[in-house]
Amino acid sequence: MSILIDEKTPIIVQGMTGDKGKFHTKEMMDYGSNIVGGVTPGKGGTTHAGLPVFNTVKEAVKQTGAQASITFVAPAFCADAIMEAADAGVALICSITDGIPAQDMMRVKRYMMRYPKANRPMLVGPNCAGIISPGKSMLGIMPGHIYLQGSVGVISRSGTLGYEAASQLKALGIGISTSVGIGGDPINGSSFLDHLQLFEDDPETEAVLMIGEIGGPQEAEASAWIKENMSKPVVGFVAGLTAPKGRRMGHAGAIISAAGDSAAEKAEIMRSCGLAVAPNPSEFGTTMAAVLSARGERRASA
Amino acid sequence: MDVHEYQAKELLGTFGVPVPKGAVAFSPDQAVYAATELGGWNWAVKAQIHAGARGKAGGIKLCKTYHEVREAAQNLLGKRLVTIQTGPEGKPVQRVYIEVAEPFDRELYLGYVLDRKTERIRVIVSQRGGMEIEEIAKKEPEMILQVIVEPAVGLQAFQARELAFNLGLSIKQVQGAVSTIMNAYRAFRDCDATMLEINPLVVTKDDRVLALDAKMSFDDNALFRRHHVADMHDPSQQDPREAQAAEHNLNYIGLDGEIGCIVNGAGLAMATMDMIKHAGGNPANFLDVGGGASPERIATALKLVLSDAKVRAVLVNIFAGINRCDWVAKGVVQACQTVDVKVPLVVRLAGTNVDEGRKILAESGLKLITAETLAEAADKAVAAWKSAA
Repeated sequence: MSILIDEKTPIIVQGMTGDKGKFHTKEMMDYGSNIVGGVTPGKGGTTHAGLPVFNTVKEAVKQTGAQASITFVAPAFCADAIMEAADAGVALICSITDGIPAQDMMRVKRYMMRYPKANRPMLVGPNCAGIISPGKSMLGIMPGHIYLQGSVGVISRSGTLGYEAASQLKALGIGISTSVGIGGDPINGSSFLDHLQLFEDDPETEAVLMIGEIGGPQEAEASAWIKENMSKPVVGFVAGLTAPKGRRMGHAGAIISAAGDSAAEKAEIMRSCGLAVAPNPSEFGTTMAAVLSARGERRASA
Repeated sequence: MDVHEYQAKELLGTFGVPVPKGAVAFSPDQAVYAATELGGWNWAVKAQIHAGARGKAGGIKLCKTYHEVREAAQNLLGKRLVTIQTGPEGKPVQRVYIEVAEPFDRELYLGYVLDRKTERIRVIVSQRGGMEIEEIAKKEPEMILQVIVEPAVGLQAFQARELAFNLGLSIKQVQGAVSTIMNAYRAFRDCDATMLEINPLVVTKDDRVLALDAKMSFDDNALFRRHHVADMHDPSQQDPREAQAAEHNLNYIGLDGEIGCIVNGAGLAMATMDMIKHAGGNPANFLDVGGGASPERIATALKLVLSDAKVRAVLVNIFAGINRCDWVAKGVVQACQTVDVKVPLVVRLAGTNVDEGRKILAESGLKLITAETLAEAADKAVAAWKSAA
């Protein structure tokens, strides 16, 4: 098992006929993702890459039975695209788009509240690299070959730092069940916490690596939840130790603006909640290896 | 994006928030002319910079004659004003705001922020105006009242009344405060602000409520639909390196260290800086070249990083996903041929086509230091800086 997606998950691509949409549709299909169609308003009835293109998400879902969507839609129109997917009953919406206005995201989050928690769509991103369940399916823009299939769950705000983690794990022969990028925006869809809960329930996942950044309360909230509820070990890291206060470090959400926002404070919270904190970003792999072998020994002696 | 006080007040004024009469001036002559046009015999001459705490730093002068206005403007314009919020280098004063000074009885605080925890707009008031809100929160948290705005319906009048009555205002004053709170909310919402602070919001002797100071920040991601806000951008208030980077669409933040960084992805860029610190060095900058690191972008980034005289070594760390390492390597080689690199250059490539990329670097004949891992790259960059120093 993995979380969120596997080789069967039927996927539609919103904005499939744009340059980015075309490129990544091919990449995802080559990886083995089950892409079943696309949506571009005005291009309904045509085909791309041998797949049907629809005018609306509702129509696409009706015709293809899609359960997941990925958006390659310009920032000005992306909030609308996400809400359209939610309205059409898509259970998992992954938004790659970087640059969505924060107030648009505020309205998207409010819109999602229309659905009772049990059938509320899961939004991953925006401003993220997407999701990959190695060896099964890719719903994102990552280089698939750097991920080894295995039993570690990865949750990261940053795309490239997530790649760094995957390659360190692979170098040590450690595989990944699913890797999720939650994105670098101040108001994003799903949080660390949402995915930790899924990994806790996933029988294939043995341990989780969560890679945070400066800014926002999500890392602290997740740590508190881990302390109370998580049976599987979690390795943590927070990037931005050298970031000055009040400056936006690339990601719209990576800014130290309140108490508890800094990397040092968040890492301390993680430690106090029982996470194994990687001492620096070149030790994601070794820290995880140590945690896994300690767990293996505990199991053997039990 | 930040704007000046006078720009925030002009904007708030168009939404019906009462502000004192004022005019901006770029020269002492203009300042005196503005004072005559505004009338009266009490003005505040206020330095316009993108930072607070101007009063204590001598950036606000109260004047009673035209001569005093001229002198105040002369003393402020063309100088760099250093406040506790600007850092030691201060910010250049190129504009002053001449404002009619109104006598007032009370100083209050009114603030709006896009709150990440609740993912909603939060409105904050306090009876203790004129102080930093962080300071009030620490010393007298009971003096702060907040409401959260439900995005589907916006701020409601009952919420504004609750805030206004809690400020201890008289019935006559509450009316003005309610409309000010509602109108400032509309300005925040309709201009895609991320922060709005009216501190102090004063109550005048004749029971009016007035925004005596105003500070606003806007969502960069929404500027495409807020042209009037985007037009208020003042590059003079930015680090010149950052202003230059912005022209090339590069994400750059200048810091004080010796090792320049060129990285793809914001998270990896921060992690690279952390790694340099861990290895015993200090990063000179944050720089995210973004997903498609084309040869031209790498060359531009390299020029920018090298324009910082403090830089003694440069670390390029690219984890190629969509773009391939061979392509990035070609970019580095091309950039080195067009830019005169006098400091050691450490290059770490990883990801798609990494072997081809490394081969291109090795065969280029350039004096590059290559590294395979993040740790190795940081160690080599710090060692190169130390041996060059």
